Amino acid sequence: MKVHEYQAKEIFKRFGIQTPKEKMCRTVEEVVEASKEIGIPCVIKAQVMVGGRGKAGGIKIAKNDTEVVEYAEAILGMDIKGISVKKVLVSEAVDIGSEAYLGIIVDRTEKKTVVMACKEGGVEIEEIARKKPEAIYKVYADSLLGLLPYKAREIGLFLYDDPKVAFECASIAAKLYTLFINLDSSLAEINPLVWDKSGRLIALDAKINFDDNGLFRHPDVEGMRDRESEDENELNAREKDLSYVRLTGNIGCVVNGAGLAMATMDLVKHFGGEPANFLDIGGSSSPEKVMNALEILLRDRNVKVIFFNIFGGITRCDDVANGILEAKKKLSIKQPIVARLTGTNEDKAMEILKEAGLIFANSMDDGAKKAIELLK
Amino acid sequence: MSIFVDKKTRLVVQGITGRDGSFHTAQMIKYGTNVVAGVTPGRGGKEVEGVPVFNAVAEAVQKTEANTSVIFVPAKFAPDAIYESADAGIKLIVCISEGIPAIELVKVVAYVEDKDCRLIGPNSPGVVSAGEAKVGILPGHIFKKGSVGVVSRSGTLTYEIVDHITKSGLGQSTCLGIGGDPVIGTKFIECLELFAEDGETEAVVLVGEIGGRDEQDAAVYVKEHFNKPVFGFIVGKTAPPGKRMGHAGAIIAGTAGTAAEKIKAFEENGIRVGETPADVARLLKEKLG
Repeated sequence: MKVHEYQAKEIFKRFGIQTPKEKMCRTVEEVVEASKEIGIPCVIKAQVMVGGRGKAGGIKIAKNDTEVVEYAEAILGMDIKGISVKKVLVSEAVDIGSEAYLGIIVDRTEKKTVVMACKEGGVEIEEIARKKPEAIYKVYADSLLGLLPYKAREIGLFLYDDPKVAFECASIAAKLYTLFINLDSSLAEINPLVWDKSGRLIALDAKINFDDNGLFRHPDVEGMRDRESEDENELNAREKDLSYVRLTGNIGCVVNGAGLAMATMDLVKHFGGEPANFLDIGGSSSPEKVMNALEILLRDRNVKVIFFNIFGGITRCDDVANGILEAKKKLSIKQPIVARLTGTNEDKAMEILKEAGLIFANSMDDGAKKAIELLK
Repeated sequence: MSIFVDKKTRLVVQGITGRDGSFHTAQMIKYGTNVVAGVTPGRGGKEVEGVPVFNAVAEAVQKTEANTSVIFVPAKFAPDAIYESADAGIKLIVCISEGIPAIELVKVVAYVEDKDCRLIGPNSPGVVSAGEAKVGILPGHIFKKGSVGVVSRSGTLTYEIVDHITKSGLGQSTCLGIGGDPVIGTKFIECLELFAEDGETEAVVLVGEIGGRDEQDAAVYVKEHFNKPVFGFIVGKTAPPGKRMGHAGAIIAGTAGTAAEKIKAFEENGIRVGETPADVARLLKEKLG
């Protein structure tokens, strides 16, 4: 799960990481009001969860009252990579001395938490990792003891020559690590970390992503979810304990298991079709779950054919079959359904579905081909 | 021979009295697995499918000499279940539970690595050594004793591929799912090291997916150290970046961890990649006859 910059900064403040004086606004009037409080010049920043908002014109420095209104009007409602800007952050214009990068992730390969620092701030870390990986300094936290103070100092001393600033940076690194662990983050990033001309070390921008598996123990974080910026179908699916991702094609896929669901999408594409979605109905799938899955799938109006690919293990094919029957009755499904059901109780499933008007497939390949054929 | 589990496996089922735990205990016994004990705190003294239930893993180990554990407890309690098994002297822990926070897993993995113990998973469907033992939830009927080793990051996709292998006339030595989470106990390379030593295994199939770089690392390992033929299959070619595709670990971060990148790494290091699950079995059949 992702949060906006202004929300990430609220969290930063809670953990004692200094941020510029700023305020989140939803209307031009609020921006004007905030600019008086914060002072002019001020920075108006679009709050969208996509990269490259600066390049898209979503960040502007207003040098007088007229510009405040002009930029607020321009940015609110602006479209950035298909997302409409609903909120802006009005921030004090910081007199930048130097910019650095500080970020924490779980390194999958090392199976450890890693703190990364770079003397170049404000640039995407991925780009640096690709172009000059040697510019990134990495410190691994001990998995059981945490980020030891001397390692936090190592980060500070790498970034800053002045020991006073270096140790302040070490303290920020330690706070960022605490935040990362305490809130089950998957990414906590200060980019840039700014040493300003008045001698402050502050987080000019903030990014925090959260591990979905940890959200159950952080209801306050879950409460920050911006429902407007997420696909409604994906939200509905999550609430029904289904894993769904919307794509752009027209063959709706219903599969048990994430790996097989991806394989099904790939296979549809391989034979010349376009998958409409990723949908994993999970392990022990009750008829009700199948019904929920179809309900979500059919909200996508692009879906012209439905392809069930079920390899029964814990999932029982007869449960899936009953779910299909029930859904056909209740949801008045007009799209043709191609069904490939194999494994546990497949015979029972066939018996249940023999009058249901489905198109049966005897393999994944066969099913994908039949689904594509139906579109012609 | 085979790897990880066999006739010498003495299994303790953690969470044996739960819905999944009891169902799969019956299935594992049916396959011929030696299930010696179950553990559910507070349910000691009971029996499930004729298997004695204990309150603690240490007690189960002491009374039944269990050497392997399989975990069916909810994600919230799974880290504790792993610590308990590791401390009780269990040598192999197979964790089926899905949904453990990554930060907990960092701790769990470090703790287990410090003991003389191996963790498979979490979010693993388990391990099957065909005709020997089945630990986990993989459906037993699709396997046939043979010479192909299968290592996968997923569950049902593994069944799909195993099924194709069996129907092609070939069989399997050991098949396992290493788990769909970003942080897992055992990775492709460690499995390959064991398959290299296993006399029964003549070829290996690596089933990977988007996210991370384990497949890329495994590809380099295969080229430098592995002398048996290896075949690959990667899913997620049509997955959009930045979206978690079911598994917590199946996500393209920025531009890293794409299917294309993994397929390229496989091919550059001498691993033939199947276009579809059926294709993987066909390639194997061509090689092994």
